[in-house]
Amino acid sequence: MDSPLIPEGVKRCSPKVFFFWTLPWIGLLLWGGVAAVLCLWKGLNQTNMSNIFAFALWIVFDLGLIALGAGAFFTGFLTYIIGRKELKNIINAAVIIGFICYSGAVAMLGIDIGQPIRGWFIFWHANIHSMLVEVSFCITCYLGVLAVEFIPIILENRKIQEVKELRLFGHNLHEIMAVFAATGTFLSFFHQGSLGGMFGVMYARPFAARGGFYIWPWTFFLFILSAIAVGPCFTILCTRLTEAISRKKLVPDNAIQLLAKISAWLLSAYMVLKILDTLVWMYGSVPREGLTFMDFFRQGPYGVWMLVVEIIICGIIPAIILMIPNARKQQGWLITASLLACTGIVLNRFMFIIVTLAIPVMPFGRFWSYLPTWQEWGLSLAIIGYGILLFSLAYRYLPVFPKESELNPALETRAT
Amino acid sequence: MMEEQHDHGHRFGMVIDLDKCTGCGTCMVACAAENNVSVRPDESDKQRSITWMQLFKITNGKEFPDTEVSYFPRPCMQCEEDGHGGHHPTCVSVCVATATRVDPNTGIVSQIYTRCIGCRYCQAACPYHARYFNWWDGYFPKGKGLEKYLSPEVSPRMRGVVEKCTFCHHRYMRAKTQAYAEDRRELEEGEYVTACTEACPAQAITFGDLNNPEHKVSQLAKSPYAFRLLERINTKPKVYYLSTRDWVRKMADNYLPGEFKRVKKVTG
Repeated sequence: MDSPLIPEGVKRCSPKVFFFWTLPWIGLLLWGGVAAVLCLWKGLNQTNMSNIFAFALWIVFDLGLIALGAGAFFTGFLTYIIGRKELKNIINAAVIIGFICYSGAVAMLGIDIGQPIRGWFIFWHANIHSMLVEVSFCITCYLGVLAVEFIPIILENRKIQEVKELRLFGHNLHEIMAVFAATGTFLSFFHQGSLGGMFGVMYARPFAARGGFYIWPWTFFLFILSAIAVGPCFTILCTRLTEAISRKKLVPDNAIQLLAKISAWLLSAYMVLKILDTLVWMYGSVPREGLTFMDFFRQGPYGVWMLVVEIIICGIIPAIILMIPNARKQQGWLITASLLACTGIVLNRFMFIIVTLAIPVMPFGRFWSYLPTWQEWGLSLAIIGYGILLFSLAYRYLPVFPKESELNPALETRAT
Repeated sequence: MMEEQHDHGHRFGMVIDLDKCTGCGTCMVACAAENNVSVRPDESDKQRSITWMQLFKITNGKEFPDTEVSYFPRPCMQCEEDGHGGHHPTCVSVCVATATRVDPNTGIVSQIYTRCIGCRYCQAACPYHARYFNWWDGYFPKGKGLEKYLSPEVSPRMRGVVEKCTFCHHRYMRAKTQAYAEDRRELEEGEYVTACTEACPAQAITFGDLNNPEHKVSQLAKSPYAFRLLERINTKPKVYYLSTRDWVRKMADNYLPGEFKRVKKVTG
């Protein structure tokens, strides 16, 4: 039925199978849609956020998505600026994953603010001192860049290629992609950093506050480094997941291995700096404010175990696995390390957001708990549904993986 | 010091004597009534209640008969500078839409409700929880008389924006208008006080210009028993507290063992 739209030389599942595959994700989208309408119509009282938990599940999802989506700009940087040609086989997937992550995050932010209609005030009445302003500017611009990077991939659809003007337009966009890759890299560096800066500058919140260089707290640099270290891991995971579901090899090993190797070095560097930062904070800034490290964990379910899990289990261990060439060449170890690294970065963002807010600063303050409502889960999971749906559509109708037909000459396997 | 000035050089502040405070909560009620603070039919969810002035109860943690209780009335601290080379309170520097700022003429931290986009970054940054988000539309049930108490001088807030104590800024405007009508340029001490100051039956709250040495508030703020909440994190509040009790003063900040210094010499 839709075969004229499917790229040449590759095989896709029947429209019926594809339809059933999309149903759960459409279900998640509908759930999120209902939640979004309720929040816009009735207000944020539909969530369990409060004056204590001013940021909650959505912001954790946002920051997690943006960190994991960093694979797009970093792979773009390596492909177009550094000139690693082997990554051309994975850049399309990285760009689409980045687009999904960023568009999802921006959509969630639109619901998360109390007065969505005033969202443009960020640009109109911008407070240049606010890290969140820089985040908003860069994310919005970068989403535009990602859209531009996505367009040539869409234009490669078989039917669209038949229109000469569009084909030429797509080709020309390809030619100047280095410009967008450079712009994306610049924008991404700043907003990944500013997201970290957002928490580091909260000098009245000792759990998050950090010293730094000039106006940039150390979290600024740590967030950039952690995002570019883990972003490629997420790209690897998504690619491997697509390969597992479609039961095909889609990306040559050299591209995956290069990303894993770069990730290993960056993750190792990040872990060294993160440990240094944690020690300086623990023995420097925290005691200066009359607190001990353990004071942060006097109440509530959060404890030192989170830091241990973040740094050792989800930081040092994946860094070691990825560092060893023989380990990263084995599918199982590669997936384990990538999963751990991605979990670590989400845990890091969770701690900076939720744990920071949960810990009372006033000595007589008390610990409050927070559990998200179904509306909050709905909107968050809808982004995952949206991501899988968009990626599935892209995989089905666009030549996302340039080497697919070369790597699968038989073309007899069933695929999604 | 009483030089001719057009509204500049003031630093309005407050001193709350915790040894006088009985914890009656009149300040909270007066504040809510004065500032058109909306209520909910069910106010049991304290994480979402709006209380510009909030009362915290503390105890010395000892068993009867040595138990002592004190109360911390907590308005917005009206912080003035970050102490790190910048000049912004923690909430002001983070606000994305410049919806909050420190008035350089009064030191009051304002909030522009119609500009606030409700991102709540300021709430995350404030360690005092002095900022409140409007989780619901304003609610003033008609037919129960509540609407008659609405003050025309204070704009009610819409859903989805953050609000906070403004040191009853409208009272300052009213006092200035009165002075202008009487051809005066300066306000006398006591002409502009907040609703909580006026309502406190124990007269525990003193309000005035911290920059004016003749104002009682600036003298009290220099007392050896005066302290501020969380002074060590450098928020520089303009709300001071007084207490002769060591354990109360100690409760206002975080101290490592041996760091807290008792007041040895009683003066004034």
